[in-house]
Amino acid sequence: MSGDEILGVDRLTMRFGGIVAVQDLSFAAERKKITALIGPNGAGKTTVFNCITGFYKPSGGAIRLTHDDGKVIALERLNDFRIAKQAKVARTFQNIRLFPGMTALENLMVAQHNALMRASGFTFLGLIGAPVYRDAEKHAIDLATDWLKRVNLLDRADDAAGNFSYGDQRRLEIARAMCTEPALLCLDEPAAGLNARESAALSELLLSIRNELGTSILLIEHDMSVVMEISDHIVVMDHGVKIAEGSPREIRDDPKVIAAYLGTDEEEAVAVMESGS
Amino acid sequence: MIVSSTNTAKPATGIPALLKTAFVNALIALVLFSLMVGIRTEAGSDGQLTYWTRFGEVASLVAAVFGGSIVIGLLRQWIGPNGTDKLVPPAVRSGMSFLGRYLAPVLLIFTVLVPVIFYDQRYILDLAILVLTYVMLGWGLNVVVGLAGLLDLGYVAFYAVGAYSYALLATNFGWSFWVCLPLAGILAAFWGVLLGFPVLRLRGDYLAIVTLAFGEIIRLVIINWQSLTGGPNGVSSIPRPSFFGIPLDNSDNGLAARLGIEYSPTHRIVFLFYLILALALLTNWVTIRLRRLPIGRAWEALREDEVACRALGINTTTTKLTAFATGAMFGGFAGAFFATRQGFISPESFTFQESALVLAIVVLGGMGSQLGVALAALAMIGGFELFRGLETYRMLVFGMAMVLIMIWRPRGLIGHRAPTVYLTKAQAISSDLVKEGHG
Amino acid sequence: MDYFAQQLINGLVLGSIYGLIAIGYTMVYGIVGMINFAHGDVFMIGGFIALITFLILVSLGLTAIPVILLVVLLVSMAITALYGWTIERIAYRPLRHSFRLAPMLSAIGMSFVLTNYSQVAQGARVKPIPPFITGGYTLHESTDGFVIQLSNIQIMVVVTTIVLLALFTWLVSRTRLGRDMRACEQDQTMAALLGVNVDRTISMTFVIGAALAAVAGLMYLLYYGLVDFFMGFVAGIKAFTAAVLGGIGSLPGAMLGGLAIGLIETFWSAYFSVEYKDVAAFSILIVVLIFMPTGLLGRPEVEKV
Ligand SMILES: Nc1ncnc2c1ncn2[C@@H]1O[C@H](COP(=O)(O)OP(=O)(O)OP(=O)(O)O)[C@@H](O)[C@H]1O
Ligand SMILES: [Mg+2]
Repeated sequence: MSGDEILGVDRLTMRFGGIVAVQDLSFAAERKKITALIGPNGAGKTTVFNCITGFYKPSGGAIRLTHDDGKVIALERLNDFRIAKQAKVARTFQNIRLFPGMTALENLMVAQHNALMRASGFTFLGLIGAPVYRDAEKHAIDLATDWLKRVNLLDRADDAAGNFSYGDQRRLEIARAMCTEPALLCLDEPAAGLNARESAALSELLLSIRNELGTSILLIEHDMSVVMEISDHIVVMDHGVKIAEGSPREIRDDPKVIAAYLGTDEEEAVAVMESGS
Repeated sequence: MIVSSTNTAKPATGIPALLKTAFVNALIALVLFSLMVGIRTEAGSDGQLTYWTRFGEVASLVAAVFGGSIVIGLLRQWIGPNGTDKLVPPAVRSGMSFLGRYLAPVLLIFTVLVPVIFYDQRYILDLAILVLTYVMLGWGLNVVVGLAGLLDLGYVAFYAVGAYSYALLATNFGWSFWVCLPLAGILAAFWGVLLGFPVLRLRGDYLAIVTLAFGEIIRLVIINWQSLTGGPNGVSSIPRPSFFGIPLDNSDNGLAARLGIEYSPTHRIVFLFYLILALALLTNWVTIRLRRLPIGRAWEALREDEVACRALGINTTTTKLTAFATGAMFGGFAGAFFATRQGFISPESFTFQESALVLAIVVLGGMGSQLGVALAALAMIGGFELFRGLETYRMLVFGMAMVLIMIWRPRGLIGHRAPTVYLTKAQAISSDLVKEGHG
Repeated sequence: MDYFAQQLINGLVLGSIYGLIAIGYTMVYGIVGMINFAHGDVFMIGGFIALITFLILVSLGLTAIPVILLVVLLVSMAITALYGWTIERIAYRPLRHSFRLAPMLSAIGMSFVLTNYSQVAQGARVKPIPPFITGGYTLHESTDGFVIQLSNIQIMVVVTTIVLLALFTWLVSRTRLGRDMRACEQDQTMAALLGVNVDRTISMTFVIGAALAAVAGLMYLLYYGLVDFFMGFVAGIKAFTAAVLGGIGSLPGAMLGGLAIGLIETFWSAYFSVEYKDVAAFSILIVVLIFMPTGLLGRPEVEKV
């Protein structure tokens, strides 16, 4: 792989008691590219995400994150909130985790917590209404508005997130992750439960995040039409190990993938893989 | 939900079914009351137990249950299954929400005028001070329970820390109230952090028991550390507050003398009233302000989803700790006020019942709603006061009221959350969407 | 050493009583996920009913101690169980699917109701009974005259506890009711779909918990020779502490926690200071939870994300 990698996963292993969910997994994600992580149910994809974002402490292996300025951070040594705060890795969840009792705008404001916290002088300047904070808040609202516009939810800014439809919640969650201004965005099945039109819109959104903002994306997805259309690179897992890796074209034609991905029923497998083309 | 309702809701139709239910209920009541009420035991002077029967009381209780069951059954048939919806017609509801907009300012103006209106009625002034103390405690605990969603069953500990801090500093070193007040808050917050730091990663009911245990520890230490706290006898002759250094008494340099007006003991009461009003309003102002700051939003986000908070880079430990400390600080202020108002404090004022009462105020108010908490404090303390005459029955009625209120309004009086920031229009969020936290 | 052995016996006896109450907390928590704050008061009611039954039987001229004990046990278990059932029916069932704090406050309210009901009905004064089961064994007598004693009542408390636990374990692991209870604990909706009567199972949980609390109430009455309307609060908090210490939701944990709290309290009183025994028990709870956030035997909480 070329030198410009943002994320390097090296021999990552994760065990739960006797279960080995991820074993000796190594792969890399390139900067300003979309890397997809695919595999059948229970392959261990979400577990990889949880290790990267610090929700699980890996049983073994290393995870390196390289920032634009060349700074390298060992993610397996940071814990939970520091990965988002210092390493600038943002994520979404397979089963959406918004703040349902807060409005869309509030959700996006919470995402800017650390920046606003600093601007509010750790609350004291904010409490006395210092102009520094008021400017920062205005800036935060602008950023949030901008993202609401991008995900097409501007007219629903003041509605409670819990009232949103499934697809809207998915997009809001992506917007919320982007409001942390991440270097790496990890998306866990963002197209799950979306209809074809919504999936297409999602693909467009992800491409624009990559192209316009240059954010690197790591994507778990079952919807092959999305994966094949937007991925620059695909890593395939099964039973916790990597079974293949390559460009969408290579993956599509890889018999190993087809066999593993959908058991032995090759015809059906081919059909699904084709649907992405 | 669906499943259980098919099991339970066998609507009793017709009079025979109604009578049958009432009869069964009466039978149950008969068994329940037979020994506990029917036989009255008492230890005689020689330590020998004696007893006498009270079958008349049992009979009337059973009859009351029978009658009550019939009345409730009839009401239920009349109102239908979705009782509360019909009880409060939509017109009244919209009227109430209209009222809600003006309720807070009207209430505030009225409160400010209370000492003017009731100047001669010492009893009402005292009661108003008591209610305001609980409003303040409720607002303080609201930060922890209502906003951050952390369950604190030992809030009274911080109230006690505040009260004893002021009492001991003032009696031992002669420090003035105005010096001790911030100290009491700081000390209470300090204890909040001390307790919170190790335990705030506990979740849900584990946190509940730890805070409860902490409340008991503080109370037991106060009782047993006689040399410092006076033990069960408490601390007495705690200095009364001065009007920023000018004593409120009938001495020559008292406030009355300086103003050239006739001294009256009511002056002090009125002063105390405005003092607690100011403290409560300060609590309210700070809380409202904090809610609109990143820290307050993080508290609410924590209540909504802690995992998501961490994924957004929020340090959940310090966020919880600040909520805990802020709540504790307000509790400490209220405690210092309590000490200076009473002039005497003892561990009896800081029991678990007190924590439960404040928690009930917060929950009844509608988790997180400032106005709701104030109304709940007024209703609870005022209602409690109504039963003053019936000494022993008072807590009995109070307990029943708590059960009934929870069944009536599990989500509290004010059933919606106001957003902290908006683009075009602030829309109230139904409390059905708002989470209650896990910690 | 002898002193130690004696304290060990005392601690185990006290711990058995706490354990019996703690089981009620843990069972209810396991199945409906709420802290039944009124449970300590159910224990107090059990003690009162035992006292009253005892008084009636004695005044009727009954003298056969085993008969009296058996009748008192059965009556107090039955009536207290009905209290447990009624409390659930009135105060908790309407709130079953409500949000978490509502049933808890309802339970706190119910606790106030029971405490003050008992005070109104039976007066505020402590009710003593004369020593009823006397005698015991001297296990060991050291040269300096210190004796280790095991009284009959202590034997009775421990034996009753063991028998009840065996019975209870059998009930939970072998009977249909036990299976239903475990099913409801896992997933109430699913259990209901598979034909488990959820309401009845939950009711039975309260009934069994209350019956065990009644036994604890009787033991307390016999061991300490008194009851009063306020004893439910302290015992309840201790037993709840025990349940949490053991890992709330775990039945062996409740018993273990009960024994631990009983021992801590007894030893602290014996070697350090009586005044601070409760402080010691609560502090140890806090310390244990810091290192084992789900108690001694609680299942570690996996956070699925
Ligand atoms: N906290 C945990 N404790 C125990 N086992 C776990 C835990 N998390 C994941 N696993 C196990 O690890 C394996 C991989 O799960 P994972 O959620 O990573 O799969 P996945 O690839 O994301 O599947 P899906 O496509 O269904 O989301 C599964 O067998 C799962 O049961
Ligand atoms: Mg997954």
